[in-house]
Amino acid sequence: MTGGADGTVATRRVRPFADGGLRRLFRERPLIPLTILLAFLVVVLELAKPGIVNGGWLATTIRAAIPLAILAACQTLAMLTGGIDLSVGAVASMAAFLLATLATGQGPVVAIVVALVAAAIAGLVTGIGVGVFKVHPLIMTLGMSLVVLGLMSVYQLLMVRSGTLIPDPIQWLGSGISFGFVPNNLVVFVPVALLVVIGLRRSGYGRLLFAVGDNPIAARLAGTRIWQVLVALYVLSAVLAAIAGILIAGLANTATVSLVEQSVLPSVAAAVIGGTSIMGGRGGYAGTIIGALILTVVTTLLTVLEMPEAVRQVLFGVIIVSVAAAYTRVSGEA
Amino acid sequence: MSAGQIAVSGRRPDVAAAVVGWARRNTWTVGLFGLLIVFIVVTKILQPNYGAPGVQGLAISILPIAFAAVAQTIVVIGGGIDLSVGPVMALASVTSAVLMKDQSDLFGVGVVIGVLLLGLLVGAINGGLVVVTKVPDIVVTLATSFVWAGTALLILNTPGGGASPWIMAIITGPLGNPWIPKALVVLAILVAVVWVPLRRSRFGLALYAVGSHPLAAFRSGIAVGPTKIVAYALAGFFAALGGLSLTATGGVGAPVPGSYTLQSVAAIVLGGVSLAGGRGGVLGPIIAVIVLALVRTDLFFAGVDPNWSTAIQGAILIGVVMFGSLVAMRKVRA
Amino acid sequence: MDQTDATPELLLDATDVAKAYGAVLALRSASLAVRPGEVHALMGANGAGKSTLVKILTGGVRPDHGTILVKGKPFAPRSPTDARRGGIVSVYQEPSLIPDLDVRSNLRLTRTSPESVRHWLAELGLPDLDLTSVVRDLPLAALRIIDLARALAMEPAILMLDEMTAALPANLTERVLEVIGRVKGSAQSVIFISHRMIEIGAVCDRATVLREGSTVGVVEVTERSEDRIVALMLGDIVRRGTVVRSEASAVAARAADATPRLSARNLTVGRELSDVSFDLYPGEVLGVVALEGQGQDELFDVLSGSERPTGGELVVDGQPRSFRHPADAIRAGLVYVPADRAEALLMQRSVRENIALPFTTRFGAWGPIDLRGERKKVEGAISTLQIDTRAAGEVRRLSGGNQQKVTIARWVAGGVRTMLCFDPTRGIDIGTKQQIYQLLRDLAAAGAAVLLYTSELKEVQLACDRAIVIFGGRIVAEIAVADADEATLLRAAYDLRPEELMPEELASAAVAAETADASMVGQP
Repeated sequence: MTGGADGTVATRRVRPFADGGLRRLFRERPLIPLTILLAFLVVVLELAKPGIVNGGWLATTIRAAIPLAILAACQTLAMLTGGIDLSVGAVASMAAFLLATLATGQGPVVAIVVALVAAAIAGLVTGIGVGVFKVHPLIMTLGMSLVVLGLMSVYQLLMVRSGTLIPDPIQWLGSGISFGFVPNNLVVFVPVALLVVIGLRRSGYGRLLFAVGDNPIAARLAGTRIWQVLVALYVLSAVLAAIAGILIAGLANTATVSLVEQSVLPSVAAAVIGGTSIMGGRGGYAGTIIGALILTVVTTLLTVLEMPEAVRQVLFGVIIVSVAAAYTRVSGEA
Repeated sequence: MSAGQIAVSGRRPDVAAAVVGWARRNTWTVGLFGLLIVFIVVTKILQPNYGAPGVQGLAISILPIAFAAVAQTIVVIGGGIDLSVGPVMALASVTSAVLMKDQSDLFGVGVVIGVLLLGLLVGAINGGLVVVTKVPDIVVTLATSFVWAGTALLILNTPGGGASPWIMAIITGPLGNPWIPKALVVLAILVAVVWVPLRRSRFGLALYAVGSHPLAAFRSGIAVGPTKIVAYALAGFFAALGGLSLTATGGVGAPVPGSYTLQSVAAIVLGGVSLAGGRGGVLGPIIAVIVLALVRTDLFFAGVDPNWSTAIQGAILIGVVMFGSLVAMRKVRA
Repeated sequence: MDQTDATPELLLDATDVAKAYGAVLALRSASLAVRPGEVHALMGANGAGKSTLVKILTGGVRPDHGTILVKGKPFAPRSPTDARRGGIVSVYQEPSLIPDLDVRSNLRLTRTSPESVRHWLAELGLPDLDLTSVVRDLPLAALRIIDLARALAMEPAILMLDEMTAALPANLTERVLEVIGRVKGSAQSVIFISHRMIEIGAVCDRATVLREGSTVGVVEVTERSEDRIVALMLGDIVRRGTVVRSEASAVAARAADATPRLSARNLTVGRELSDVSFDLYPGEVLGVVALEGQGQDELFDVLSGSERPTGGELVVDGQPRSFRHPADAIRAGLVYVPADRAEALLMQRSVRENIALPFTTRFGAWGPIDLRGERKKVEGAISTLQIDTRAAGEVRRLSGGNQQKVTIARWVAGGVRTMLCFDPTRGIDIGTKQQIYQLLRDLAAAGAAVLLYTSELKEVQLACDRAIVIFGGRIVAEIAVADADEATLLRAAYDLRPEELMPEELASAAVAAETADASMVGQP
């Protein structure tokens, strides 16, 4: 763990005066306290079940966190513009289900292409609704998830005979672990994460996402065509969701029309924990990744402690509120 | 001063003028009412046998959603949003079902009162967290939706418990005339007794003020925080009513929230409540709930595969909101 | 803490008030003593601490230390209601009325008597206002007046007016000042906050001046006190009154056959703007003068691509153009600096991102950013505008003047061909104003064309080559800079011929203006 190294950085940055140091740390380097929290949870896990933290555990944890982290990328990007994408669950499930039903007849490549294109079309509709018709993103994405879910239910009836099959390469990608501790889905995740992290900092489009979320009027007056930014955003978000859905199908070795639905709220939670403001204009993807890891470790911890699913939900809720409250405290004073 | 006196004395004796004035200020609700009539006619055409029993069934089926919509309306008018409406309903439902099972009627009355108080408390916690942490409403209630859903599951893992016979009797069957369902009467009375007086009170003004312009409200001497807390507490109260009606209609407690949160948001948007806060009333959302239920009924009568209905509902939600924002954009341009 | 007995005749006695936000000291040691029956000006450049003091007196924030006495009693409000109970009612720069409620409900919220409000509305020149109208549907000026009437109806011991007259039409301003003036000799007092020296001179008895969080002086307001107030506000850096315009006027240099950078031909926008035509040449600063709401907002909206005209055409560099979006205007070289910084800035983002924003807006520029090139351009603009970058991480932490500079720097960084400035000096301190005038002159000297709307008439002679005057949506006059003294501009703005006698209700405004003018002449 990198906690120790980060800790030294933290002490160097802390200013001597009263409460300013911790606040600044939280505001300017939220990754450090988040990493400390993650390390703390890992320590608690090890204490709860000595010996659990090893290479194999690391691999399964990362493998489980990656699809969540990709879904949370959708939320991060949307939240930076002041939006939210609650359709990621339906879109991801759709991609997974299309893949599973088409792979036998059409082959995996065609199936993947169809899944991604279908997702992009769904994202395009969402983006037009939000960007051109100015529908509130919460409503638009909720509505889209109903539409997608409904269409998939109809499709399911039509495809009832063909059955579902997850192709081997997707299984390998979604659930395989190489060398005993490297989850194969890193092959997908590393490029995605690099693209998002670097793109947000160093691309014109990344700047515009922040600008639109911070002040749409200013962005427009400076020449930004906001609808273009939003349409591109929701298409990108849907494609990312589809990728996550395919990985989840590979991990679960099955696909249903509501496979990913239960990950929607955790994906928002991961972005919130990672320090992205739901009001727009502030945040980043690195924090979100750690947020997804924190949620995954908490889940493992509760499984180890033999807590029912219900307790996990309660705890997720408590974590979201407390972390969000901490962010608001440190950045709220203006 | 004569002009002043007319304006100051306010209420005109002419009822017709008042109605016209109301209709002009509430064009959306009037239009929605027209839509309701259209759907009633369509229903009658599709199913000439549709009559009193159909109305009874419809009334019972919409009762929980109608309460959820009222709960959502109150919070949204106050400038917030409550994503925990569904889980609070589940919590109220399981609590009542577990406590009421095989108990006396009198005890059942006590349970109802207790559950309503629980709703107030849970809502007040939602509101209190929003006010104290200053975290956006959507994040707080997203988090508490996990908490309340988890708590409901802890109380009752699968549907179970029971309902006092009287509470089932109170909402099932007709009242006098077979065309007047008790469920609708109960809804009307509860809304009239709780919401209408509040709406006209200073709290009502304060609620609209806080939703419309929080800073101006603060400067006008309104206690913004307490007003929000009361709004959330009231939402909790109506959500608890929704939960009780779930228990009453099903006879058992329902621990899984279903899509009531989503449906409540759909209903208020269709019902003309501005998500930006400060505008709208409860009548529109209640009519919207009925319209949405009729859409489902008509699709069924028309022989449409039930799997289509989800997609169609989503499309209606999106379509209505797009239409609404088009109207708004036209107005701005004019 | 030494116990200085409160002088009983003081209505408000605040001493040594301090407030820090984190490490930033907003108020160091502010004092404010207001006697009964006076109109007391509270003055200070941006960032001097005025707004913090106002917030403390209205219960918005609590001071870290200091004593505040109202009518001899300790005063520590926790909310505006508290402050009202203690005797202070405030009228803010933005009306504090609820947009979605009607006026009556707004009065009910604050428990104010509608009869009394109606009386004050009549006094303030709005006797026919329908109290059942919804606030959202009323014009801004009416809202300000309602706000003031409501505050007056509360009969506070102290009425605090924070930039109340900004953007109010001149006739209503007159009524407001007249009503405010009535407190003189009564038991009430008014604390009057304004950037307009003319109004201070016309209505105030004394002025308290803040600089860098401390009270630096209390001045009896007379005809000659303006200099002293300005000197106190600026401290050491008095550089006022210098006309920055170089003598080699661009107008003279303009070749007769030069193509205008921008030509408006019979521009019309609904009923707000009709048949407006003018030419803007490279190398000149063209002033636009108008009273509030004469169509200048629509003119700038059209030129900046925010709104489409209903008639007429725009010619840019000899090419007819029509803009559907600000991006179209920007591509044609027309860049826009709005008056409201909240409309222009990304408050949570850095100075650098704010300045670099226009670089990446085009679809073609969505890809990787050339960070080195960007840094160079941004740093160039920062040094041209002398932006204080100590708090560059988040623009919201900058002072108002520095924020305004960022909005201009954004365009300077990419090279300006035509700049549209809508009241760029509204609400900022004199030092920054001077820098902005200088910058506009420099831009013009470098060949750019500048269109400058200003609500402060004396800016015209400081920064412009000539001015057009809009009244009722039409251009009613074009005035060369040599003749553009305030009195002439004011007459033109009211659409009066120079030789005409002014109507009685305008005479006082002109007198006030001329008085101010006279006092300006007396300066070095």
